[in-house]
Amino acid sequence: MTSLPSALLLLADSRLPAGGHAHSGGLAAAVADGAVHDERTLAAFLSGRLRTAGLVASAAAARAAALVVSGPSAADTLDELDAELDARTPSPAARAASRAQGRGLLRAASAAWPSPVHALLGPRPHAPCALGGAAVAAGAGPAEAATLAALASVTGPASAAVRLLGLDPLGVTRRLAGLAADVDAVAAQGARCADLDVPLPAASAPLLDLLAQAHARADVRLFAS
Amino acid sequence: MHRHPDLHLAPHESSDLGTAPGSAPGSGARAFRVGVGGPVGSGKTALVAALCRTLGPTLELAVVTNDIYTTEDADFLRRSGAVAPERVAAVETGCCPHTAVRDDITANLDAVEELEARWSPLDLVLVESGGDNLTMTFSRGLVDVQLFVIDVAGGDKVPRKGGPGVTTSDLLVVNKTDLADRVGADLSVMARDADRMRTGAPVAFTSLTQDPAATAVAAWLTAARQAWRTRAAAPVA
Repeated sequence: MTSLPSALLLLADSRLPAGGHAHSGGLAAAVADGAVHDERTLAAFLSGRLRTAGLVASAAAARAAALVVSGPSAADTLDELDAELDARTPSPAARAASRAQGRGLLRAASAAWPSPVHALLGPRPHAPCALGGAAVAAGAGPAEAATLAALASVTGPASAAVRLLGLDPLGVTRRLAGLAADVDAVAAQGARCADLDVPLPAASAPLLDLLAQAHARADVRLFAS
Repeated sequence: MHRHPDLHLAPHESSDLGTAPGSAPGSGARAFRVGVGGPVGSGKTALVAALCRTLGPTLELAVVTNDIYTTEDADFLRRSGAVAPERVAAVETGCCPHTAVRDDITANLDAVEELEARWSPLDLVLVESGGDNLTMTFSRGLVDVQLFVIDVAGGDKVPRKGGPGVTTSDLLVVNKTDLADRVGADLSVMARDADRMRTGAPVAFTSLTQDPAATAVAAWLTAARQAWRTRAAAPVA
């Protein structure tokens, strides 16, 4: 293995202050619903999320990373990507959560890696678009952005499960490590969307959309999503 | 109300003011941002409501609450009549109230900036943390000064126990002094310990039942805001 750029590791670090800690990606609602209650059900949730929302995010992050390097001439295509993500996110609550996280990431990445690419994304980009831009600003490209997005689609909910259910963090980390090959496979598939001729996947998870809406209506809410 | 005999109504000299990102403090582009932290049940929300009632007539203000798991604090403030409901924003903290005001302030910065944009120009934004423990502190990237609120019913040993909230806050508020006799708390012990732990930084003893205007805290905040504005107006050395 060649050496890893440390800037990329910093971008991937869960301690990056980008607002992600308050988002559970539907996990909190799945816990409230009883669908996720132990390591096994968590692993199933993560696997499903990776292959649906994770794949779409991974592909969009790769596409965004490929586009921003063209500078202002990519504005229209970035708008199109933004609309494509809206279309793939039927839940208004999930769209709002994506844009809130995108804004947080934009703020953190702009502080860490000043670059003209951030301004191309607008003030409230979808999270994968912000991630694509951040990856480029940090010196990486579409493939790395795709991996970061795929991994983030499972690490956030996993951390929320540790906090909400008191699961053994070592056991949860073992489950995440067990998903590594799947994460890499999803990232490889997502990275192909750096080629503008490859259509963006539309893998949907209706239950995640329903959970996002249920969460937004809940009386008791520990997480923003 | 009870007061510490040496209460200074001037902001803590060592306060690192005006480091919040975005725009220069006092430039008119943003409000003076004040953190209100402290353990569960110490009276943070009641203090925020009191400050809104006392300062609202002269300052344009707004409030951000960091509710632990519901919008209870935000709802209480909205119903209290102390501040217009549209000027209260609530953020979720993902089970980690201290993370949201210290380690990753993104959601709070967004909420503050949205309130500042909507009600421009605001003079003051109060950011109330969710109830946490004695290690609770606010990031200097989020607030200009911070209050730490404890109460006598939590035990008169709390100032002696210290912790970053007690030792480094710009103003330590010891609340519910009217309960001291009933819970066997010795206010002079609390005052002496607080002085020692804080090496003389200001402490306000309050009872919101006896002084619903939170006069001493409001006066300290007014002075702190003035110092922040003066500092911003001073030429850069």
